[in-house]
Amino acid sequence: MPRYFTDEHEWIDVEDDEATVGITDYAQEQLGDIVFVELPEAGTALDKGGDAAVVESVKAASDVYAPISGEVTEGNGALEEEPALVNSSPEEDGWFFKMTVGDASELEGLMDEAAYKEFVEGL
Amino acid sequence: MRYLPLTDTDRSDMLAKIGASSIDDLFVDVPEVARLDGPIRDLPMHASEMAVERHMKGLANKNLAAGDAPFFLGAGAYRHHVPASVDTIIQRGEFLTAYTPYQPEIAQGTLQMLFEFQTQVARLYGCAVANASLYDGSTACWEAVAMATRVTKRNKAVLSGSLHPHYSEVVKTMAQFTGEEIATAQPAITPEPNLDTLTSRIDDETACVVVQYPDILGRISDLSKVADAAHAKGALLVVVNTEPVALGAIKSPGEMGADIVVGEGQALGVGLQFGGPYLGLFAVRDPKHVRQMPGRLCGETVDATGKRGFVLTLSTREQHIRREKATSNICTNSGLCALAFSAHMTLLGEKGLRRLAAENHRLACVAADRLSAVAGVELLNNAFFNEFTLMLDGKPARDIVRGLADRGVLGGVSLGRLYPGVEALQQALLVTVTEMTTEEDIETLATELEAILKEPAQ
Amino acid sequence: MNAPNKSGWKPAMEVADATGESPTTTGNRALMLEEPLLFEIGHAEQTGVDLPEVNSNAANRLGGFERTDPIGLVGLTEPETVRHYTRLSRQNYGIDLGFFPLGSCTMKHNPRLNEKMARLPGFADIHPLAPQSSVQGALEVIDQLATWLKTLTGMPAVAMSPKAGAHGELCGILAIRAAHTAAGNPREVVLVPESAHGTNPATAAFAGYKVDNIPATPEGRVDVEALKARLGPDVAAVMITNPNTCGLFEKDFREIADAVHEVGGYVYCDGANFNAIVGRVRPGDLGVDAMHINLHKTFSTPHGGGGPGSGPVVFSEALAPFAPLPYVEKDANGEFTIVEEETTDADHQTFGRMTAFHGQMGMFTRALTYMLSHGADGLKQVAEDAVLNANYILRSLEDILHAPFADSGPCMHEALFGDKDFGGGLSTLDLAKGLIDEGYHPMTVYFPLVVHGAMLVEPTETESKASIDQFITAFRSVTERALAGDETLKQAPYFAPRRRLDETAAARKPKLVWEAPEE
Repeated sequence: MPRYFTDEHEWIDVEDDEATVGITDYAQEQLGDIVFVELPEAGTALDKGGDAAVVESVKAASDVYAPISGEVTEGNGALEEEPALVNSSPEEDGWFFKMTVGDASELEGLMDEAAYKEFVEGL
Repeated sequence: MRYLPLTDTDRSDMLAKIGASSIDDLFVDVPEVARLDGPIRDLPMHASEMAVERHMKGLANKNLAAGDAPFFLGAGAYRHHVPASVDTIIQRGEFLTAYTPYQPEIAQGTLQMLFEFQTQVARLYGCAVANASLYDGSTACWEAVAMATRVTKRNKAVLSGSLHPHYSEVVKTMAQFTGEEIATAQPAITPEPNLDTLTSRIDDETACVVVQYPDILGRISDLSKVADAAHAKGALLVVVNTEPVALGAIKSPGEMGADIVVGEGQALGVGLQFGGPYLGLFAVRDPKHVRQMPGRLCGETVDATGKRGFVLTLSTREQHIRREKATSNICTNSGLCALAFSAHMTLLGEKGLRRLAAENHRLACVAADRLSAVAGVELLNNAFFNEFTLMLDGKPARDIVRGLADRGVLGGVSLGRLYPGVEALQQALLVTVTEMTTEEDIETLATELEAILKEPAQ
Repeated sequence: MNAPNKSGWKPAMEVADATGESPTTTGNRALMLEEPLLFEIGHAEQTGVDLPEVNSNAANRLGGFERTDPIGLVGLTEPETVRHYTRLSRQNYGIDLGFFPLGSCTMKHNPRLNEKMARLPGFADIHPLAPQSSVQGALEVIDQLATWLKTLTGMPAVAMSPKAGAHGELCGILAIRAAHTAAGNPREVVLVPESAHGTNPATAAFAGYKVDNIPATPEGRVDVEALKARLGPDVAAVMITNPNTCGLFEKDFREIADAVHEVGGYVYCDGANFNAIVGRVRPGDLGVDAMHINLHKTFSTPHGGGGPGSGPVVFSEALAPFAPLPYVEKDANGEFTIVEEETTDADHQTFGRMTAFHGQMGMFTRALTYMLSHGADGLKQVAEDAVLNANYILRSLEDILHAPFADSGPCMHEALFGDKDFGGGLSTLDLAKGLIDEGYHPMTVYFPLVVHGAMLVEPTETESKASIDQFITAFRSVTERALAGDETLKQAPYFAPRRRLDETAAARKPKLVWEAPEE
């Protein structure tokens, strides 16, 4: 299953027609203790690069952008009760939402793991 | 000058340290065009405490204080007895001269007080959560409409015609700029508000319906009917209360199904003060709406050693973090008035509030009976708490209020002043009675009203 | 006043042990008394007010809506109430207690004459809807204060009703939008410098405008060229704070204003920092169209633990017709009248009403008392001493603390520092908490956002030189610890009523009201 990364520090796993989106370990570390995640409702249409979710620490609120276009199919309900999952398991249990892949060609511009690692090291 | 500690020696020593030859060197960045050659003209020079006191007293003495006349005004601002200890508490320098608790380790006094205040307001309103206050009831009313549009993602607010007209005006003013559609109506001048007309205006686009309780004419009605009608259409019920003492006698808005309850808290602890500063109260029935609330919130937590303490929390809703995406632009709220309210409520307690409410209602019943016995005066309300509407036969209430003032009686609020252009209300007088009103005051008002109504029309 | 510690006594750090364990049974430490929550000590049957008993058999006219369920409130008698709040008050820091250099907030002394005057029954005990003939003195207060504000700012009109600074900002931007709309096009964009206070973009967005940020120059002022390049027919207004949030006077303000006017835009000045220039510079001479004035900053009304504030807005001729209702007018006979919905005429293009009633009257009486006390000469001295004190602090600390704009000329009423070169992973927050242990309320931290680890120090004019010298000594000492990476700072404060509070836990599981513990 291929995993892609964006320069806004989101990751996206694609399996068949469904993608899972979250924020990277680097992003959670920058944000500090996450206290709340505002997720899009199922059925929300997302445009690549548009606002999709909001992740909040005590002193900051950051927008999470849609890495590709598509429709939200599910939000990670576990984050409502336990936003700390984003800190403890950002790239697995702390996923944000699942979405359809509206246009697979949009994945082409994203980074793979090695490229993202290099990108982060350059920051 | 008594408030400026620096001496001339200090000033020259400090300029030397800075490396400036004169104070003007520190203002070099002010452009030539804006430099002045001395104190601003046309204003007096400094004055002693005694001289200032004389000036201010001269102005104060030109006013007729409520305590110096039989007094029957309300309509969103109420005169209750404030226990002496409330004022000494709010004048404690640690409360009076503190600021927003940005450093919680040295602001636990304000923070714990706000936590207690939030709890008192939530319980009074029958809600789950209240915030740490807003400016006043009218701006809280607007914030409730704005919040309802965020929660429902709809754009229309239906306002009851018997919502305080100043509150309606504030909502309409704000909505001109933010784009909400505000549906208003004239009040039905009937013994009971016409809820069917109100609920028939709720549709699938409606974010909220806004009702005052008791309403501007003093009437009390069954909000649960409005709540059901609103909820059936997916809209929220916003209830506005301008007299918190009433909620010591009548059901809370939360109990009757209100989703957002807002109001004016001035009646407890704050005093009349010619309209401000007052105290905006804001509460929600469902805790899941907390993150959509405006204004500051105080929450409980622990310190590094596990001791209980309090902090401002959920700040990411607010302007200093979210900037243009904030839930409101509000920054400073009404902290000291919240303290006054809370201290007064603490002195009352459940027992005192219920007694206070009962006493207000008892005297209001006495007044309603006595005044409606005056020829040419008719009581409009079926039900009321401490405020009711009298319909005066033949004369504009505005003139009668002025005539009563000339006779040394502050006899009520002419509803024509609040509803310019609504013909049927030009003869309506809103009379408010509190525990401060004596039966002698009521008799004086009745006698003077009778005399004025008998005078031939000019 | 606040003379340096001559005895040389210092507390041993061990006094506050790391666990916070108190050696006393009560948890109290002599004068530092713990206080339970009201709901833990009060009772539904207890009251501190004598009122007649309720006769539940009496007929009522409540329409059948009696509140029968318990409300859930608790009461205390008067002695218990006074003690509860007195104990709470002692866990607070206030100006009365010590130096409170919270930048941009202007925590100056609050004269007690102001309090006394506001409590005169002729001001405190009058109803906002009382017949106007019975409140002529109150209307005259509003008129006199308006005259002071107009004269001090060199502006022709003022709206008195806004309840606080942010409400005043809203008033100004709404008048600007109304003026543009009356001219046929509300326009789309408000330009805001990136150093602006958060209320500026929040206000502009609220009024339906898109917010574009304008960068600052390396010297800490608005980048005039960038701003001019962005100007066009879509720009409704610029919002600029002057003196700005970096504590500097925007020396090109007039040039900016002229350029904005040239494209038909308006100039909103955030007057939060008016204290630096009151009595010395009139914003009207700089081309301002609208500016709010925080009476609780410049004019000494108390901050009250977070309000109430008061934010009158002065207007240029162009914007005056759009000012909100209500306002006070004086007729030919010297009688004052309130212009409100009932009496407004067609000439007035008011954008409407922002609040019930007339504004923060209780703050008006305090502010007018303060202005009369100082007079035109005293207010000028206020600005000069405020600026002198801030520059003195800047020049006394710049050798040890990063002062990003120290070379940009004199500062105004506040000195800005950053946390560059702190050792051991220490931050501005740690320094602030260290200052708490030294007996100070910290400066404003992490604002403005344009400086890393910003520390904004505003001494105000009501501090003595001795008080400022002692602060400088303490500030230098804590700064030296921060530069040296002193680990103990990470746990500070040690001596406050509470150690650092867990804000993450508070936000993750918000507990916003008291609930009885489960049995």
